[in-house]
Amino acid sequence: MKITIQDVEFSYNGFPVLKNVNNKFEKGDLVALVGPNGSGKSTLIKCMNGILKVRKGTVLIDDRSISSFSPNELAREMAYVPQSENRKAVLNVFDIVLLGRKPYINWKPTEQDLRITSDILNSLNLDHLAMRDFNKLSGGQQQSVYIARALAQEPDILLLDEPIANLDIRHQIEVLDLLKSLSQKGITVIIALHDINMAARYASKIMMLRDGKVFAGGGREIITKENIENLYDIKVKIIENNGHTFIIPDGLQKHH
Amino acid sequence: MSAQVLSQYQDYRKKRLYFFLILFLLLFVVIVLSLFSGSADISLRDLYKIISGEGPAVSRQIIYKIRLPRITGAFLAGTALSVSGAVIQSILRNPLASPFTLGISGASAFGAAFAIIVLGAGSSYSGSNDMAVISNPYLVTVSAFLWSLSSVAIILLLSKYRGATPEIIILSGIIISSLFGAGISAMQYFSDNVQLASIVFWTFGDMGRASWENSLIIAVILVPALIFFMSQSWNYKSLQSGDEYAKSLGVNVSGVRLTGLVAASLATAVVVSFYGIIAFVGLVVPHIVRRIIGGDEQFLIPASAICGGTFLLLSDTLARTIISPVILPVGILTSFVGAPLFLFLLIRGMGKDYWT
Repeated sequence: MKITIQDVEFSYNGFPVLKNVNNKFEKGDLVALVGPNGSGKSTLIKCMNGILKVRKGTVLIDDRSISSFSPNELAREMAYVPQSENRKAVLNVFDIVLLGRKPYINWKPTEQDLRITSDILNSLNLDHLAMRDFNKLSGGQQQSVYIARALAQEPDILLLDEPIANLDIRHQIEVLDLLKSLSQKGITVIIALHDINMAARYASKIMMLRDGKVFAGGGREIITKENIENLYDIKVKIIENNGHTFIIPDGLQKHH
Repeated sequence: MSAQVLSQYQDYRKKRLYFFLILFLLLFVVIVLSLFSGSADISLRDLYKIISGEGPAVSRQIIYKIRLPRITGAFLAGTALSVSGAVIQSILRNPLASPFTLGISGASAFGAAFAIIVLGAGSSYSGSNDMAVISNPYLVTVSAFLWSLSSVAIILLLSKYRGATPEIIILSGIIISSLFGAGISAMQYFSDNVQLASIVFWTFGDMGRASWENSLIIAVILVPALIFFMSQSWNYKSLQSGDEYAKSLGVNVSGVRLTGLVAASLATAVVVSFYGIIAFVGLVVPHIVRRIIGGDEQFLIPASAICGGTFLLLSDTLARTIISPVILPVGILTSFVGAPLFLFLLIRGMGKDYWT
């Protein structure tokens, strides 16, 4: 589905975090939100699915404001994968993924909820983990389970907050390949991402945030030496190879 | 392959249903045990006759007027304390939380002391057997209940003002408890011997005050609360993954937390107001249940309810018989059993995830 961010502003305790943010993403886009720590990436993601209430402006799904959705309705359109969870209670992987059916469940899950859950585990090759204690999985496996749980919501839009931050490079690629294949199936995937090389490689659209403002937005063409250097206050080298862009950090930029 | 996972999971759920079957069997055994235990000997044949409406009048009186009301009372009280503990631990995401975390025990003990000293419910006479007697038990109960509601109200107000985060709620509970503790000390300082004895006597959790009327009043609050908790089990389950994630699933986080706290507090307050402070049931029983069947509230809530009722009934049966003919207040026994049990759980759980 199409998602439009319109004049969004947000503050934490009077401190403005997002200032007049605008953008628009189409169905099937794989969007990378990039920018320095504290630039408002996570906050923007939370504003998009209504975890945080925007102070001004709106977020529209196919031209309908998210504030006009009921909470369950919104949760069926949009799923959120948090950066990490401080989970104490013990549940197995199947139960965790089944939790994603929550927006469809009243008293208890139906046969259909169970079937959808097992189909998703199957399609992500997580069958062998289904009965394992979630807390005992590796970081990479946990991230895949979180994504499976989000897919159980049968969303059209998937929002992920730093999904590869704690993963080794192989698992990073696995997760991003998976997200790419989901976007090719028509899900709009929006990822807050620190790794600009991965953003350059995977994203179809890039949104650069700095100090709560849109610094630049567009396709991969906005990954230029100038943009990256000014976005992060660093010096970089850009290498083009086989149609791919590689960003190599080259020290800090001197402030004037 | 997907069908295989599904059937694995369905087997797993079936196993939990067997667990419930075992719980009901256990409950039945404990009820029967409790019916037979006591200073009057009642044989199986007598019991059969009594149930079919015959048998000696004295035995009938003992079963219908003394043992059955006490069994029902203990079961309902244990159920209320344990299920409230399970719910409060879940919604505050804190394994140390219990029905008393919110200051309910302190507040209701204060309420009882207030009725005994200020309203004069305990000062009129002391019985010939040197036992402090509360002359107006209903006044004490009502006062205990109203004061325990005040602790709930304070927490609701605080969390409305500062946001209902688990940390704020737990810290408020601790502070309210110590405030009421100070209040009790002050009143005790100014009380006479009989009043002092009455207060102390009241705070021992004791099922000797059980009656059909008390049970009915408790059930009127407990049954709707149980249904409400069951209807909320998926919301509570969502909260385990954090407030933000729960919100993204469409859960009204602060609403779910506050309504759950109020329902659990009411169920606890009504029990404490009638029977005094029965420690550890609401803390230990949900812990044990979590260890056996895991942290899925859909099963945890009903299992905690049945286990708590069975546990308190068994404890009360022991308390009646362990140093017969003296009948111990069950609150003393649950503390004696509960504290080592809790330590044992802690030590066994070291090095593992705490909340398993």
